[in-house]
This record gives sequence, C-alpha cells and structure tokens, in this order.
Amino acid sequence: MGKAKVKPGPLGRRPDNSAFKQQRLPAWSPMLTANSVLPFFYVMAVICMVLGVWLLLTVQSTQEIKVDYTDAGTCNVCLEMRKNVSNAAKSCSCTVRFEIQKAFKGDVFFYYGLRNFHQNLRRYMDSRDDGQLVGKKANLKNPSSYCEPFSKDPSGLPVAPCGAVANSMFNDSFSLTYHGSSGLTAAVPLLRRGITWYTDKNIKFHNPKIDNLTLPQVFEGTAKPLYWQRPVYQFEPLDPNNNGFINDDLIVWMREAAFPNFKKLYGILNRTNKPFKNGLPAGNYSVEISYNFPVQYFQGRKGVVLTTLTWFGGQNYFLPIAYLVTSGLILLVAVVLTVVWWKFGKNGNNMQE
Amino acid sequence: MTWRSPLALVRDALRGQRARRSDLRSLESNLPYEGLGKARQPNRHFPGNAIKTTKYTPLFFIPMNLFEQLHRWANVYFVGLAFLNFVPVVNAFQPAVALIPICIIMSLTALKDAWEDFRRYQSDRKLNNMPCFIYGRKEKQFVERRWKDVRVGDFVKVVCNETIPADLLLLHTSDPDCVCHIETANLDGETNLKQRRAVPHVCISDPELDPESFGSVVVCEKPNNNLNHFKCYVEKPNKERVGAGIESLLLRGCTVRNTDHAVGFVVYAGHETKSMLNNNGARYKRSKLERKLNTDVIFCVILLVAMCLVGAVGHYLWLLSLPAAPPYLIPQGGPESPSLTSFYMFFTMIILLQILIPISLYISIELVKIGQVFFITNDIDLYDEETDNRMQCKALNITEDLGQIEYIFSDKTGTLTENKMVFRRCSIGGNEYPHQENAIRLAVFDEEESEEEVIFNQRTPPPPAGWSLDAEETSSGYAQHQRCSKRQGSGAAFSSPLETEVIPDRKLLQQISGAPSGGGPYLDFFLALAICNTVMVSMATTQRQRVRRLSQACPTKSPLDSLSNLLKGAGSIKNVFTSCRHKPKRRTHPDNAVIEEVQFSPHANTEEIGNTKGVRARSPRRGPPTANLDNLCYEAESPDEAALVYAAKAYGFVLLARTPDRVTVRLPSGEDLAFEVLDTLAFDYSRKRMSVLVRHPITKERVLYTKGADYAIMELLGTPYAEHLSGNQKAIATDTQHHLNSYAKDGLRTLCIAKKVVSDSVYASWSANRQRALAAIDDRDKLIMDTAMQLETNLTLLGATGIEDRLQDSVPDTVVALREAGIQVWVLTGDKPETAVNIGYACRLLEEEDLVINMSCRNKVTCTSILDCTLEEVRRYSSDPRNVDTTQAISLVIDGHTLTTALSPDLQDRFVDLARRCRSVLCCRVTPLEKSRVVKVVKEKLGVTTLAVGDGANDVNMIQAADVGIGISGQEGMQAVMASDFAISRFKHLKKLLLVHGHWCYTRLANTIIYFFYKNVAYVNLLFWYQFYCGFSGTAMIDYWLMIFFNLFFTSTPPIMFGIMDKDLSAEMLLGVPELYKTGQGEGVYNFTTFWVSVLDAFYQSLVCFFVPYLTYQDSDIDIFTFGTPLNTVSLFTILLHLSIEIKSWTLVHWLIMVGSVALYFIVTLIYSATCVTCNPPSNPYWIFQSQMADPMFYLVCIITTVIALLPRYVFHVLKNSITSSALMQAKHLDRLDPSSRDQWIKEWRSLRGGGQVGRPRLPTPPSPTLETPVDVYPPSPTTSDVMGDDFTLNVFSKKRPSHT
Repeated sequence: MGKAKVKPGPLGRRPDNSAFKQQRLPAWSPMLTANSVLPFFYVMAVICMVLGVWLLLTVQSTQEIKVDYTDAGTCNVCLEMRKNVSNAAKSCSCTVRFEIQKAFKGDVFFYYGLRNFHQNLRRYMDSRDDGQLVGKKANLKNPSSYCEPFSKDPSGLPVAPCGAVANSMFNDSFSLTYHGSSGLTAAVPLLRRGITWYTDKNIKFHNPKIDNLTLPQVFEGTAKPLYWQRPVYQFEPLDPNNNGFINDDLIVWMREAAFPNFKKLYGILNRTNKPFKNGLPAGNYSVEISYNFPVQYFQGRKGVVLTTLTWFGGQNYFLPIAYLVTSGLILLVAVVLTVVWWKFGKNGNNMQE
Repeated sequence: MTWRSPLALVRDALRGQRARRSDLRSLESNLPYEGLGKARQPNRHFPGNAIKTTKYTPLFFIPMNLFEQLHRWANVYFVGLAFLNFVPVVNAFQPAVALIPICIIMSLTALKDAWEDFRRYQSDRKLNNMPCFIYGRKEKQFVERRWKDVRVGDFVKVVCNETIPADLLLLHTSDPDCVCHIETANLDGETNLKQRRAVPHVCISDPELDPESFGSVVVCEKPNNNLNHFKCYVEKPNKERVGAGIESLLLRGCTVRNTDHAVGFVVYAGHETKSMLNNNGARYKRSKLERKLNTDVIFCVILLVAMCLVGAVGHYLWLLSLPAAPPYLIPQGGPESPSLTSFYMFFTMIILLQILIPISLYISIELVKIGQVFFITNDIDLYDEETDNRMQCKALNITEDLGQIEYIFSDKTGTLTENKMVFRRCSIGGNEYPHQENAIRLAVFDEEESEEEVIFNQRTPPPPAGWSLDAEETSSGYAQHQRCSKRQGSGAAFSSPLETEVIPDRKLLQQISGAPSGGGPYLDFFLALAICNTVMVSMATTQRQRVRRLSQACPTKSPLDSLSNLLKGAGSIKNVFTSCRHKPKRRTHPDNAVIEEVQFSPHANTEEIGNTKGVRARSPRRGPPTANLDNLCYEAESPDEAALVYAAKAYGFVLLARTPDRVTVRLPSGEDLAFEVLDTLAFDYSRKRMSVLVRHPITKERVLYTKGADYAIMELLGTPYAEHLSGNQKAIATDTQHHLNSYAKDGLRTLCIAKKVVSDSVYASWSANRQRALAAIDDRDKLIMDTAMQLETNLTLLGATGIEDRLQDSVPDTVVALREAGIQVWVLTGDKPETAVNIGYACRLLEEEDLVINMSCRNKVTCTSILDCTLEEVRRYSSDPRNVDTTQAISLVIDGHTLTTALSPDLQDRFVDLARRCRSVLCCRVTPLEKSRVVKVVKEKLGVTTLAVGDGANDVNMIQAADVGIGISGQEGMQAVMASDFAISRFKHLKKLLLVHGHWCYTRLANTIIYFFYKNVAYVNLLFWYQFYCGFSGTAMIDYWLMIFFNLFFTSTPPIMFGIMDKDLSAEMLLGVPELYKTGQGEGVYNFTTFWVSVLDAFYQSLVCFFVPYLTYQDSDIDIFTFGTPLNTVSLFTILLHLSIEIKSWTLVHWLIMVGSVALYFIVTLIYSATCVTCNPPSNPYWIFQSQMADPMFYLVCIITTVIALLPRYVFHVLKNSITSSALMQAKHLDRLDPSSRDQWIKEWRSLRGGGQVGRPRLPTPPSPTLETPVDVYPPSPTTSDVMGDDFTLNVFSKKRPSHT
C-alpha cells in the first residue's frame, strides 16, 4: 500500500516482482464443462449406486417391531384412569400382546417410544441444571435459575434434580414375557444397565459426594420433583451405581430428543440363557406395563420398539433410498451432459461455431 | 492572576466568539503585552498553535468510540438484538453469550481506532514540541521555544530548511530583496520553489528587524482552506494601508529554502492554519455496488421479518392445537394468552435468525477491499520508473467501481499528452518560421528513444539526411544525453534535452542579426518570450548545494515531511543528471568554436558563445557573475513557459535572473539588460493570458508584454473594431491568425505574444487603482482581475508560437482499448477546437471514417435549433437500415460557449441524448467549472458510472464530481492527485487499471457479496426449518459457541480470500480482449437476478441440509445437539464446496485456506466437545462430536447431503459453460490454452476486427491460424483540411474511406 517501505535508490518504490504480489501464482483453473466433468459424474453415480445397494441390503437384514400401547389391550383402562389427575398416585398396570413372526437375530434392543412429546422446546430443554447433575454441591442446594419454576418445591426446598426435564421423566416400566409355541412361558431378561453413553454415566452425571454420608443423607434437605413418586435416591437403593443422578433411566431421559416423535432405550436383551441365546425367537410375546405416564395432555402416543441394529443403526430405509435416487439423478444428468457434449463442445472448445 | 467575575468571563467568551466568527480580524503584536495576564492579551480569542488531531481522549475513549460506532446502523441492529436477548420473555440464547459476536466486531474496530488515534497523538506531540524561534521582549532577541508556544501575534523567525510552524505574514527576510523561497511539497506536493515577498514598506529592511517597533495592525480575513488565496492588509500607525496577499504568506508545513532566515507575524495558528484546514481526512465515497448492497440488505430484512412472522404464527397455531397444558410446556407464572406468547416469539425469532443480516459482511468487505488495494498498488505494470511512483489508492472503498465505468472524462494536456512542451514553430510579425531543423531533431529524438538499446552500444547514431555538420554533432550529443539519462533512470521535468534545446531557424537568425538593435518586432518578440513569464532562474550548482543541505536537515524533519523526503530523491537525480549531461558537450567545445561562425551559431554552440561573451561582458549587477550559462536552470510553474524561455535562449535572449522587481536578460549582443518589473498580472483561467509590465532600461518606456491564448489576445488588439487597425497591423493579425490556424491543425498549442507601451499618465492612474485593488479585502480577486483587464487593451501583436505537446506513450492504444471495452471517452480541454480535433485523431479518439459533428454557436436560439437539427439528423442516421452494417460512428466536437448553453436546464436532455449517440465527444475551450458540470449532467441524466482523469488544478472539480476520480501525477503539481481517488503516473496505466484490476475487483467483490448473502441465508435457514419440529419455540440445535465460530472462523476466511485473489480471467486475456470489460458495466454481475438466484439456491441447499439428516434420524433416539452436529458439518461442507465451485482459479493460497478452514472446524469442534462438560449451560456438547465421528452413519449423511445440495448448482455451471457461448465463456476457454497459442488467438481476433470495432455483443470468429496479420497498425493521423467551426456552423462531414482490406 501507500505506506510501503521505501528502499533507497532510484527505483526505490518499485513493487516486488514476485508471483504473489503480481497475482501470477501458478493456478489451477478447472473449467466446468460437459467433457471435463463427465467422468466425475459417472463415477459419482456408480459410487452412490454401490453404497445405496449395500445399505439397502444391510437394512433389509434388520428387524423391528413397534407396539403402540397407549390404548391397546387392557391399557385402555389405565389411559382412562390417568385422565383424572386425582388418580395420579394410583398404580395401574396392563398387558399388551404381540407376535414376532421371524426370529430377531443378534442383539435386540428394547425402546420405549413417545409421539408428540416435545423435548426440544427451548424453555423445556433449558430447564435443567447440569451443574447439579454433575454433582456440584453448591448446585444441589441452590439450583440454577434455568430450572425455574421447578427449582423449589412449594415449601421452598430445592428440588433435586431440578427443572422441567427431570420433572417430566418417563415413568412407565415394562416386563416382557415370551410365550413359546410349546406353552412355555419365560420372562425375557433385559439388561437395564449400559444403556447410556459411557461419557454420560461416568463424566456428566455424578452423585454429590460428601464423606461417609449415604445417598439419602446427601440428598437431605432437597425435595423430589413434583411429578415424581419417589425421590431420586430411591431409584435403586440396592445398587449404588444406578441410584441417584447416575441412574441409567434418568440419564437416558435427560438426553433430550431432537424431535417430538422419538424413542429411548429401555433395555438390551440378555442373551446368556436359552432360548434367547441367538436373539428373540419367533412366537408370541406380551408386555406388562406399569402405566404411569400421562399422554392425553398433548395427544401423545406411547409404544415399545424392539429392534436389531446394524453397523449404521436401526431399520432405516431412507438413507439407502436416498443414495439410490441420487445415483439415478446423477446418472440422468450424466446422460444429458453426454448429449450436450456430443452436440456442442466435442472437441474441447466451441470457438468454431 | 487576578480574580474576575464570572460575568466578565462570560462576556469575554462571547466577545471571543464574535472575534473568531467575524469576517475580518484585527491582529496586534503581542509584544507590548508580554508578561501580562491572559485576560489582557489582545489575541487571546484566537487558538494557539498546539494542534490536536486525535478524535478521542483516553478517559472518554470507550463511550466516544461506542457512540462513533453506533452511527453505523448495522451495529445498532446487532447491539439492539443483543440487548433484546436480555429480556427474559423473548431471549433465544444465553444473554451473555449472545453479546459475543457484536463485542468481538466492535472491539476489533475500537482497537483499530485506538491505534490510529494513538499514532495521531504521537505525531501531534512530535509536531507540538518541534523547536522554533519566537521573539521575546525580555530577551530582546529570538528565543527558542516550541511550536505549541506560538500564538497569533507573535514574531517567529524561521531559518533555512526549517519547517514553518504557523501561517506567517512575511515581514523580513535575510535577502536584500525581501524575498523568501518556500517549498510547498508538504502541502500540495509541488517541488518547485515558490517565491514569497515581505509585505512592502512595513518593516524597513534594516540588517535586523526590530519587532518591538511594529505598531501596525494586521487585518486579515477569516481562516479558510484555500491555499492559493489570502487577503489581508496592514494598517500602519499613520492609517496607511498596505495590501498583502498569498505572495506574502508563509504557510505552516512548508519549508524555507534558499533563504537564510525569514521573520513573520503569526496570523493564523494551530487549527486555523491553511494546511490544517485543508487536512480534512479521507473522503468517504460509496460505490455503486455498495449502494446496491444496501438495498439487498433491506430485502434481507424483509425476508427476516417474514420468517419471524411465520415463526410467530406457527407458534400461535401450535399452542392452540394443544388440548391441555402438557408437562413439557413450562408455565411462565401468570396467565398468558397464546397470542401474547407468539408476539414474544416474534422477537425471539429475530434474535435466533439475526445473522440473516450478515454481521460479518461489512467488515469482510472492508478487508477484501484492503486486499484489493494492496494488489493494485503492488502491480509492477502500474509503476512508473521515471518518477518512481507507484499507483496510489487514496479512496479505499471504491475499487469495484473501476470495473463498471461507462464514461471517461479526460483532460488533454498532461493527461493524454506528456505536458512536456517543445517549442516547434513561431510566427513573428506575420512571417512564419517553420523551424524545420528542429522538427527533424525531434523526429530523430523519437527514433532514438525507441531504439535506446542500440544507442547504448554504438557511439554514433546514423546521421540524419539533409543535416549540416553541426547537426550531426548535435545528434550524437543527444545520443549521449540519452544514454546519460537512461543510466540515471531520470526523467525529471526540464532536464531532458528534448525540451531545453531548440535549433534556431536559419532564416530567423538572419533576421535577428539584421534587425536594428533596440527595436523591431523580432527583438520585442524574444524579449517578451524571455520576460513575460514567472520562470525562476536557479543555478544547477546552487541547487545541488540546496539538495545537500536538505539531506542534512533530514533527521530533524517532522513526519509531515515524508513526501518531501521522497521528492528529495528525485531532486538529487536531476542534479546528477544535469552535471552528467554536460560533460560530452564540454569535450566538444574546441572543435565547435573553430568550425562555427562566431555569432548565432545554431544550437549547440549558443551557450558556449554566450558563455565566452558573458565573461567578456561587464558583469551584471546581481546576475551570476562567473556562472556558466549551461548551469542555468529554469523552474517554471507551467511547462510551456519554460519551453518559451528555452526558445528565447536558443536565439541568444537568455533570461539570467528574476527577482520580484527586476528581470535580467542577456541579449544576443552580449549585453545584459535589467528590466524593472512594475507589475505582474498573473495568469488566470478566465482571462487566459498573463502580462508583465516592465520599464525598459534604455528607452525608459513602460512596456506591457502580454502572452495568452490566441482568441484572448486577438480580441484585445488595437481598438475593438478591426477596421481601426492600421493597414500593416491588420495584415499582421490576419496573417498570424492564418498561421495560428495551421499550427492548431498540426496539433500545436498556440500562444500569442503582444506588447503595449503604457504612457506615464495612464500608468499613474492605473497604478493607483491597482494599489487599491491589492489592499482590498472584499472582492479582491475580482478587483485585481478588473485592473488587469483595464491595462490589457490596445495591444500590438508581436507574433505567435506553436508549442508541441507530445502524446504520451501508447495513448492511442489505450483509447482504442477503452473504447472497445464499451467505455465512452470524452475529452475536455481548454484548447482550440482545431487543436483538440487534431489530438483527437492522433490518439484515435476520432477515426478517419467517423462522422464528426462540429457545434459552435453564439446564442441560445441558434444553439437550440442546431441541437434539435443535429439530434434529428443523428436519430435518422442511426435508424437508417443502410447504416447498420457500416462501421461509421458519430463524434461530436463542441465548443465551450456552446457547451454552457447546451447544459442549461432546458437543453440538457437534448444534449445528453445527442451525446449518448456519439461515440466520442470533444469539448474545447471549457473552464474547470464546465468540466465538472458536464460530468455531473452526464452522471445524473444517464445514471452511468463516470470516471474523470486529469493532472492539473483545473481538473480538480471534474475529478471530484465523477464517481471515480483519477489524478495523474505529472508536471503540474499534485493538486489533482490530492483530490483524486486513485493516482497514476501515465495515461496508459488506465488500461490495465480498468480492464484488469477494475474487472477483477468488481467481479471478485460482486461474487463475494452474493456469496455472503447465500452463506448466511443457507445457514440461518437450518435453524428456521427446525422450528417446524420444535413448536416454533426458538430452539437452536447447534451449540451457540459453534454457531459463532462457524461464522467468525470456519467460513469467514475463504470468501475473503475469494474476494481478494480469485481470477476469472488472466490479465493477458483481459488486456487482449477489452470487450470482456463490458460484463461489469451497468447492472453487471451483481444484479437482481443473481442475488435472488443465490438466495433461492440458499433456500434449496438449506432444505436439503436439514431434511436429509432429518429423514435419516427421524423416529430414532437421537438427541438435539447430536442432531445438530451433522447439520453443522454438512452445511460447512456445502458452503465451502459451493465456494469451490465459484472459485475460478486455485492457487496454493486457496488450497491452504480451504483445507485449513475444514481442519480448523474439526480441530476446534473436537477440542471444544472434549473439554466443555458443563461450561456452557444449558446446552451441552460434551463428547457429542467424538461419538458422531465414530458413527459411520454420520459420514454417510454428510456425503449424500452435500452431493444433493450442490448438484443443481454444479450442473447449472456445467451446462452454462458447455452450451452458452458468451464472450466471457469463450475467453475462459481460450485462457486455458497455453500462452503462445492463446496470444495467437487474441491476435487473430484483433486483426479480424480491423482496428477497433465496438459494440458487438459477440466476438467475431477468428479465421484459420494461417491468416495472421499484424495488429497494431494505425493509419497516420490525417490532418483535417475541412473548415472548422466559425460562428454557428454545423458541419456534418464525413470522410469515408474504403475500410481496411
């Protein structure tokens, strides 16, 4: 610029004759014309095709069954019962039956699903205190303002865990039973541990630690969330690794779903014993549900999902189809471009016409 | 200090204000009041000399800077949004975090401001503490003080080579003539010395001045910023008034030269000095592109409001659809209707989607422009070796306007031409002296210049035919000069032998030698040439000395002096050169002396003769006694004056010395005549002449010599009526007029020389008038001009001169290229129409087959009818189907008087309509004001982007009126350069500046801006689409920090680099095919379509980037921020790859920045996700990115989304490149060929076009490569023998020749 240092000598202000300053750096200027991009288009089409077919085959090997139990079977009664707020404390259980026609091979994952439940509302998702959940003592008794109005109970005690997210935690519980063809009835064992992210369980969630105090003592002076039946330290009093803030169900719930229709992991099939060594055998099943979670306020639906997973997730037909459609599109464009190339610039440049 | 009542203070303050505001100021000396309290000081109301240019004070920096920055409405918008975020009901982000981006941007700006202000503070302090000498009554002498101690009314002594601390009225100098030389390079860059003289008769020039005896009152005008005008008078104790003007004012910042010391009275100090008033900082021009940009920002605002409305209405409907209060709806504590909540939601949405208005756009544009300016100033092709000048960009923010120019208004002298005047011919007393030898010499010079390499190696150049012995000798001398000058790399103004040496005409020489001494028109003519000017004489030796002292004084210089430091270099080169070039001549001396006749030997020996004579002759009183005449150096304000003085010198009339009172001229006979100068009537643009009134030393007559434009002189000859002229005189006038016409047709600048003998009585009365005029304050300029006109009547014509002003290098080439680029070139000149037309042909502004319309009329009625007729004619001509294929174009030549009429409001439209249809327009005899009016009218009426280029003070108005003003740093000082936006050294640089840099800057910036809009719309829409799935609650699924980083770091550098470095076409291509420039004109690249196409594309891409991941993860157990991660990544890839499609050429820098941006994204996100456990509640990105990167699904989603998103744009580009065949595309294809075959193609195009055919949308097809013809063959410029404008003539003449075969 104008202030450039002046060298002594007659041509002191002569600009450097360098490639950079003279804008003559060696450059690669790709020209996007039909003939130069055609190979690229064909290659892309093939790649997308291969990926699409591969994904489609993979997805087809997965199995999934969804059972909506909102008002199915005997749950109808419970739904009616939950409509009345005064019955909130009463327990209600119901059973839903379903049939698996083809055996689920491999690991089977048990999810509960909710429809029309907006965990992603801005105020709702903000209504939590990660400081409290990570075990900070200060936050335990003095929850963050984000939790308002779920940070103190009517008597003024701090709520643990505070906030709307924890308060509205899904509290149905399930037990799955297998009804074999030979009249054999067996409870399907579900692993209820290890359903969270490792980092959540070990880093993001901690119970507050005070020397030699038991969990109930630590939580003394806090109130349970408004909608909860039991305080947080009574999730599983016998297992200190699954009680309090580090309860797996709580952790799973606290990872807020991105969309109003979502599922969350409830358990994984325990494949140590027969007949579940290879997964779920075909046959009839029933789910007994302890029906607590009210959904009528938001026209919601509840359900359970049983599914096997592949290397890229559950049964998801969108991705392979997207790849195949894209591949087709690219191919179509490539053909059009070939025609263009044939008609216009076959010899590389069209200066002659 | 005694206590004074507040009332008195207030009264004093009011009086002070009145004193400062009044039109006249009476200033007294401070000395009688020295030591008294401040309240008693007479000049206490006027500011002191301490300056403060800083904008801020340390204490109030933050509030003041904030206030300053909030003047930008974009900043107000973002600050407002950030504060809106603190309102709990509408906030969208964590309030504190939302402040970050605006804080970063504003603190960056503040930091820059603070640094600049600190620099100003430092330079102020340095200036304020510079030493100077102020007279102290106690000490009875001048004592050393600092600049800031200087007050109005002080006496300040300035010694040689020191900078003047304040505006001083010069009272006394060490020079016996009471003159003082100053160099104003710091103010206007003019290096020549200017003479200032002390106010006469105020201080008796004792050996020492006694300030204490100064009892006068200085009455001066209110401070203003005009460097060339100052009005003041000094009222002596006896009420006698002595006028003084700018010639007695020493300006702050100038340097005293060649004078031992000078004492002045401070009239203005500090901020009231002329230099400070002129120092009003950089102008802010808004480019066309930026204006367009602002309207599109408003479109964005509308879009934003629409999207927020959708959000608000959506939220309202969503709330209504809920049957009861669900557990996830958080009660706000109070009864709230859905409508109120959705009203709040509107503002939440604005906060969420705020970056739809690109916060980074403005700062990025500034960065891009700085980069562009860097490359323009560093272009070696725009560097001029002769003057060691780079291209300068004064305005940093209109680089892109260079790519949109449709009209160029050019000055002629000094812009198209060299402004190095060469004496060519003269006519004395009605006889013409063609100076053919001189013409041959110039021709040879040209030849040598073009073959300098050859001359460098061989000692003697080929002897030119038809030359005598001495001519040959001369020519070898030139060759050596040439070598000399090339070796030194110097081209300083008047040192080149081209201008300084003239070969006398033999016939004329004989006439002079035969003329009786002391009389005859010849003697008078050459005396007038030598006397009637303002040329300063200096010795090469003294000048060298001056330069040496200058360099010694260097370390004490203020930073202000940087300019003069640079110019010093040029000065020393000039000297080295001067001494160098005379060596060969001295060697040849003995031979010449033998061969030549003693008297009036042509050229080379004139000086030697003068020299030897000079030794013999009695030494002049104050002339340089033993000086070698060779060492005489003439410093003239205008080059033609110098050319005339050199011409007189060649005939033996040597100007030896000039002081304000006396001019010494050596006659051919060796006699020195000292003329007493009675008055100098300076040149001005309305009179177009200057005169010098002298007393002849022998005849004691008072003689007025006048020199001026021919029409300005011819009107004043004899009595106003031609028939009253004596027969002889009339014949001379007609003959001279005839010669003048023929000079003009040859493209020479013509000047008439006249004289008048003023009788004693006339002089006495006139002189009294003159004194009154000089002492006047009101209308001083007008009065001075009136007195000048009173005297300049009844002149006797002596003769006329023809001076050649050679065209600059490759001007025709440049003009043709600009015309092919679709730019209309207008030339506005003060010359005669004939001269202008001739230059027009020479520089190919006019072509021989053109239809030239010549308009010249006296009154408005004829003007109107002529305009109407012409317009009708032209319309019919252009609509005539027979003319469609012809290459004939229409050109308009219009004269200044007619132009004024045509620009009157009622004729403007018709004139512009006519001019629009003409390919080129020449305006002759226009004044500076008319120049700027032409520019303004064309700019307003046609709505086009205009460029004005000029080199002199008379072009300043025009330069400021145009969209882009370009100054040429030439021979006429720096005023044009100071007023300009860009400064170049040669006209030919315009070609590369516009065709290459203009094109690049424009396309780069336009594409960058489009890209910025695209980028923000595409990214923000991701958030918008998510609102459909979160009940329009304003959720962001991307962590806020990552969102900030995304805009600030990950995607900001690539577009800036794109804006600085992208090259759609190579420079060679753009220069070779000027038609490519048309892409930027008018609407250009950045227009309604391109803007909306890119916004629509952004919508499409954001839809893809959102919905492909959405459909993939639908119904799964994915959480909010995990879903946001692939979205963020996908949009990063899409946005960067989109840019990659737009980038036309990839250099190493491109690769580094692109890859670097992606790498930065991954590194920063990984680190952030790994460290932030609960750092940013309530959002929580911990380990999310890591877990995503371990998931193959993430990659599958990224690939497919990017491919789908970019497929349409990619295909569109491919199809566009393959099918359409616009010139730009074809050029791109050509650009990919290797350089040699590309050049061949370009050559074929050009040869086919047959020399500059303009206006074809498509390039003509080149023939087979064998048909190659030389390109730059221009036909020799024809001399139009047609009759040119007499009174109201309309000559539509066309010379049609068979076009080139």
